[in-house]
Amino acid sequence: MPGAKTDTIKLNIGPQHPSTHGVLYIKAELDGEIVKNAEPQLGYLHRAIEKLSENRYYHQALPAVDRCDYLCPNLNELVYCMAVEKLAGIKVAERAEYIRVIMAELHRITGHMVWAGSLVNDLGAMFTPLLYSVRDREKLLDLVEKISGSRMFPNYNRFGGVKLDIPEGWLQDVLNYIDIQEKNLVDFRNLVESEIFDVRTKGVAKLTTKQAINFGLTGPLLRATGFDWDLRRDEPYSIYDRFDFNVITEKDGDLRAIYNVRIAEVTESFKIIRQAVKDIPAGPICNKVPSPLRPDKGDCYVRIESSKGELGVYLVSDGSDKPYRLKLRTPSFCNLRAVQELVKDYKLADLIAIVGSIDIVLGDVDR
Amino acid sequence: MAATKASKKSVSVPKITEETADITIVKEKLKSVAKELHEKENLHFEHLSFITAVDFGDYLELIYQFYSYKRKHSLTLRTRVLTKDLVIDSLTSIWKAADWQEREVYDLFGVKFKGHPNLKRILLAEDFPGHPLRKDFACKNDEEYILK
Repeated sequence: MPGAKTDTIKLNIGPQHPSTHGVLYIKAELDGEIVKNAEPQLGYLHRAIEKLSENRYYHQALPAVDRCDYLCPNLNELVYCMAVEKLAGIKVAERAEYIRVIMAELHRITGHMVWAGSLVNDLGAMFTPLLYSVRDREKLLDLVEKISGSRMFPNYNRFGGVKLDIPEGWLQDVLNYIDIQEKNLVDFRNLVESEIFDVRTKGVAKLTTKQAINFGLTGPLLRATGFDWDLRRDEPYSIYDRFDFNVITEKDGDLRAIYNVRIAEVTESFKIIRQAVKDIPAGPICNKVPSPLRPDKGDCYVRIESSKGELGVYLVSDGSDKPYRLKLRTPSFCNLRAVQELVKDYKLADLIAIVGSIDIVLGDVDR
Repeated sequence: MAATKASKKSVSVPKITEETADITIVKEKLKSVAKELHEKENLHFEHLSFITAVDFGDYLELIYQFYSYKRKHSLTLRTRVLTKDLVIDSLTSIWKAADWQEREVYDLFGVKFKGHPNLKRILLAEDFPGHPLRKDFACKNDEEYILK
């Protein structure tokens, strides 16, 4: 009808909706099925990790930091330990560096695979692909339990090294796990990459590199726009300069490009782990650290490439045995901001897919 | 560039890499300095990593961490706001990444960003009393049960 006007309606998505990957709450404004405006509301999982850490000793903040990004806890520990080590001038034992890299890459694999499973879940392929990734994650959790004693929150890194040495046969278990995961990855791709998947993901939520940088996007989202940047290669931390791996980029900047980048990165992580297992030296696993630890006055910012992007810790010490200020620069929080701009004029079903594509872990967003 | 010397009270700053610069400016110059950092060809700081604050009692130190992908150098920009007068210019018009970062600092420290399009609490509830990351906001269960 010419001249007819429609009203927009407001729709609350979440905070308990399964497609929001936790407790995200999105206030959406719809015109028919078209999203006119969407505003994420955060804070349902805010546990005040930064404030808690200010009132604990340095090592007591470790388990709290673990609980930030609960899919890849080892990466959070790694970056926090690196910040304290830099501030206090602690050297890390050689063997521990290798163990840290193996653990970090294992968690990166599971982070990407669970993301891929839940993205497909959001697109409407209920449960089977997600269960494929969760089944593989189960095997990884067994490995983590074997080495650290805990499944979800290993609390395994220590200042100057790691907590425990590798149990007998663990490295072989890791290699076996990678072999199985490599086969399962082929299965997963055969299952998921269909014509329907192409239609739902190609050309959706296109981003240019310039926009992505201005939004503060990092990690796979930035690489999917064709920007060749990976902190592991370009600002090597730990011992990443010793390994041979590729940085994956795609040109399109849409959902399909993000998917391709993440899946290809899993294969690169296999490569890194195989090299690390081959080269791992014998020796002590942890250097001696003064107790209680009192780093010199000062501050530092350390960042690493997590599975989601730039994960950083800004740490201020006033010379006492507790951190004066601990700021976590979490990739999920910074990347989620882009949703507001990306979803405009897409359909409601695409909103769910776009939120899924960003790879948010609400523990990482709210801290 | 309008760089002023940091007072003795400030925390000493270790050099991280040779490409790392660290400057402290007065808060009135923040916006003009930021614009220059973003636009000048030899600076080209296109990535805003984070914004945060540290409470030092009489004043809050605001920290802006920048990186230039093109020139491969980083910069820590510091400025101070007095606790009595917690107002500073917003940088959302230059970096969109500043939006939520500034809301977080407002939420947890109470710094008001002039010119921010949507300045409201982000992590805590609208009716939450106080700003928890300030040092005078005590944790109620803060008694130390172990050690000491």
